[in-house]
Amino acid sequence: MSSVAEERSIRAPWALTAPALMLFVGVLLIPLAMTVMLSFHDWGQYKGIEPVFILKNWQEIATDPYYAEMFWRTFRIAILTTLLTALLGAPEAYILNRMSGRWKSFFLLVILGPLLISVVARTLGWALLFGGNNGLANKLLMSLGVIRSPIPFMFTETGMVVALAHVMMPFMVLSVWAALQRLDPQIENAAMSLGAGPVTIIRRIIMPQIMPGVLSGAIIVFSLSASAFATPAIIGGRRLKVAATLAYDEFLNTLNWPLGAAVATLLLAALVLIVVGSNAMIERRYAEVFR
Amino acid sequence: MRRNGPLALVFHAVFVTVMVAPILVVCLVAFTPEGYLSLPTNGFSLRWFRTIANYPEFIHAFWISLGLGALSSFVALLFAVPAALAIARYRFRGRDALAALFLSPLMIPHVVLGIAFLRFFTSFGLGGSFAALIIAHVVIVFPFALRLTLAAAIGMDLSVEMAAVSLGAGGWTLFRRVTLPLILPGVISGWALAFIQSFDDLTMTVFLAAPGTETLPVRMFLYIQDNIDPLVTSVSACVIAITMTALILLDRFYGLDRVLAGKGDPGR
Amino acid sequence: MAHLELDRVAKQFGAQTVVDDFSLAVGKGEFISFLGPSGCGKTTTLQMIAGFLDPTRGAIRLEGKDLTAIHPARRGLGIVFQSYALFPHMTAAENVAFGLEMRSVPRSERAERVRAALAMVGLAGYEQRHPRRMSGGQQQRVALARALVIKPSVLLLDEPLSNLDAKLREEMQIELRQIQRTIGTTTILVTHDQNEAMSLSDRIVVMSQGRIEQIGTPQDTYERPASAFVSQFLGKTNDFAATIDRTAMPARLVAGSWSAPAPAGLSGPVTVSIRPERIGFGDAGLGAKIVTRIFQGNHWLFQCASECGPAIVIRQNDGQAQPAEGEGVRLAWRAEDMSVRGGAAS
Repeated sequence: MSSVAEERSIRAPWALTAPALMLFVGVLLIPLAMTVMLSFHDWGQYKGIEPVFILKNWQEIATDPYYAEMFWRTFRIAILTTLLTALLGAPEAYILNRMSGRWKSFFLLVILGPLLISVVARTLGWALLFGGNNGLANKLLMSLGVIRSPIPFMFTETGMVVALAHVMMPFMVLSVWAALQRLDPQIENAAMSLGAGPVTIIRRIIMPQIMPGVLSGAIIVFSLSASAFATPAIIGGRRLKVAATLAYDEFLNTLNWPLGAAVATLLLAALVLIVVGSNAMIERRYAEVFR
Repeated sequence: MRRNGPLALVFHAVFVTVMVAPILVVCLVAFTPEGYLSLPTNGFSLRWFRTIANYPEFIHAFWISLGLGALSSFVALLFAVPAALAIARYRFRGRDALAALFLSPLMIPHVVLGIAFLRFFTSFGLGGSFAALIIAHVVIVFPFALRLTLAAAIGMDLSVEMAAVSLGAGGWTLFRRVTLPLILPGVISGWALAFIQSFDDLTMTVFLAAPGTETLPVRMFLYIQDNIDPLVTSVSACVIAITMTALILLDRFYGLDRVLAGKGDPGR
Repeated sequence: MAHLELDRVAKQFGAQTVVDDFSLAVGKGEFISFLGPSGCGKTTTLQMIAGFLDPTRGAIRLEGKDLTAIHPARRGLGIVFQSYALFPHMTAAENVAFGLEMRSVPRSERAERVRAALAMVGLAGYEQRHPRRMSGGQQQRVALARALVIKPSVLLLDEPLSNLDAKLREEMQIELRQIQRTIGTTTILVTHDQNEAMSLSDRIVVMSQGRIEQIGTPQDTYERPASAFVSQFLGKTNDFAATIDRTAMPARLVAGSWSAPAPAGLSGPVTVSIRPERIGFGDAGLGAKIVTRIFQGNHWLFQCASECGPAIVIRQNDGQAQPAEGEGVRLAWRAEDMSVRGGAAS
């Protein structure tokens, strides 16, 4: 028996996705594989790249404490940035969610909008605010009496964390916001009718329900911070290197591509492991909330 | 919904101020009449906007960025629309794996993508070419184009298509007359979001761009590396103005929270 | 020869059989309803006729030609969907014209036929409206006009009235019936609403769990349900457990204190089924007590506790005094008003 419809439903999806699939195999998977292979090639100042298979680059990364320190700095900055966005972004999303319609959409635009504004422009703004010891940020903090002596922001990890937290904040607010949308709007009234005070409501009712949102936001912020380039490059300057800026240097200044490829491969592998691992953990822990 | 207390509103005010401050400072400094970085305390001046005209490399970079964004977003949609229809309509083996692959550029750090593309294109002698930039940008904006098109395709009432089929429409006619018009808002928003992503990308592009194919963010970044002066703030102010315009249009047209929901979300 | 014929059609999704052994011959100009609860396979059957699904087994023939080999776009059937499935980016006229365009009907003839089709469904003057700016009932009419304008060999209606409110639904039922009578298009209606099926169709196909329970005229299926399912699904009914007493001479059918001469050729325990409006209150019969009495305008509804379990009785509001709640009554009915199922052949 002929079956027009059924034949279509077997062939059609593959015919429709074939162009995109070929694109992705051709110019994403193959280049990535080539990069991994590149990390096993040899390189010399004068001989350039030699397509041999050696572990030299990997040994160098494993043994030279410079790389250990650099990766540790990268992840330390990413962790601090994640904590800062969670501590400030989650309450803000909650406050935002309780605003009335018009204000809610206005402030949502104000807070999420920067997500689409050039990272270079946003980081430039922080560079201007930090601007040496008498930058605007320090002047303001000192006149408010928050600090006594100026904090060095420029070319420090503190500055990087602050600027990165600003760049990543929309992701956290968005993620918590999405979790809040799934909340029954009457749930707070229900808790209140049972005699719960505002603190108890937040701690016992709201927090457990938005936790998956905070955690998935944290994964996004962490992975993007650990691989961030523009902000560390501009705020951190030439000496305070993170993984992304180091790889950039190896590729475009030192021209030691194999070593740069090894750094990039390691960064990718570490991030994939962390992201996939923590995603699986969150989904297991909060299986019922995600449903 | 109950109202926020005074403490919450103070927190909110500080939060919003800090979020806006860096962007505001850039825009303000751009209007300084002085020859150095300063807030325009003695009146506003357009002198630094006029100065841009003396730096043709910024103008050139702007056109490169504009062309690159428009073209790569369009090409990405040519691939993404059929793929989105397949993923939305059919349950087939490998469907989840395909969807994960198509969204993977969101998860792979752009430094790694930049390096991979640099390695790939130089081995074909395409290093630094505009063609290489287009292909690379198609890949990185693809997930954004796919996601919004997919949302539109999933939200579409399939019986409308069945009705068209029963009336005798098929193949290309069906797509052009019924399917495309129905998913068009999603497709256009996907294009806009993809354009913004391409227009803003620095991290990946910085590896691929050569003198002559530098995009605006790359040009700005390289300039800032050497020194920060009011010129780069006026250029930034222009970029911010362009993005804000696109943003407001996108919000009017499609709703910003819908566009951004789940953006960059690696897991799903 | 039947106009449309389904021959032992079956559909499986994986291991699950959704429609099984479906055979039906539809005459030209006939109005058929597929009636059943959701999940009974009625929509799946319709989709197989339309060509959106392929039968796993069996054949579907239109005027003797195998339909399954023909692409849905070339079957020439008119379909009205539950959601109406209007093209939201086109006006009412453009929606109706679409099928004619696909058939390359010349522009002038097209305009004339679109106008006539819209006039037929009472929408003259609404040509330039977009579906979003029309009411549910108007959208429904556009969908009907769009399906009919191509002069389909068969009109398929998939729960077309279920999104309308009760009053509008009744109006549309009458109108649909009139239009179908006028143009004489063979029509198949899928519905879960027994009133709709009964008031519209020439014949009803009652379906349950993928199988045909009964095919018959509305009166047939109501008065002589072929199974417990049919009697339960088509309106309210009373099922009483009864026995056939062969020791009595002549044999008698006994349900509690009620009895009647037994039908020939049956013995043992059986089920008797009586419609509530066929039961009267009498001096002899099944003993019962009125539990609740509900006034419903043109009739009274009594819920009783009888010797054979719960029973419902409907009495016309003819101005006579009716028994009160708590009162003991006797339920009686004529033997020809009940149907008897089960029992062993003797």
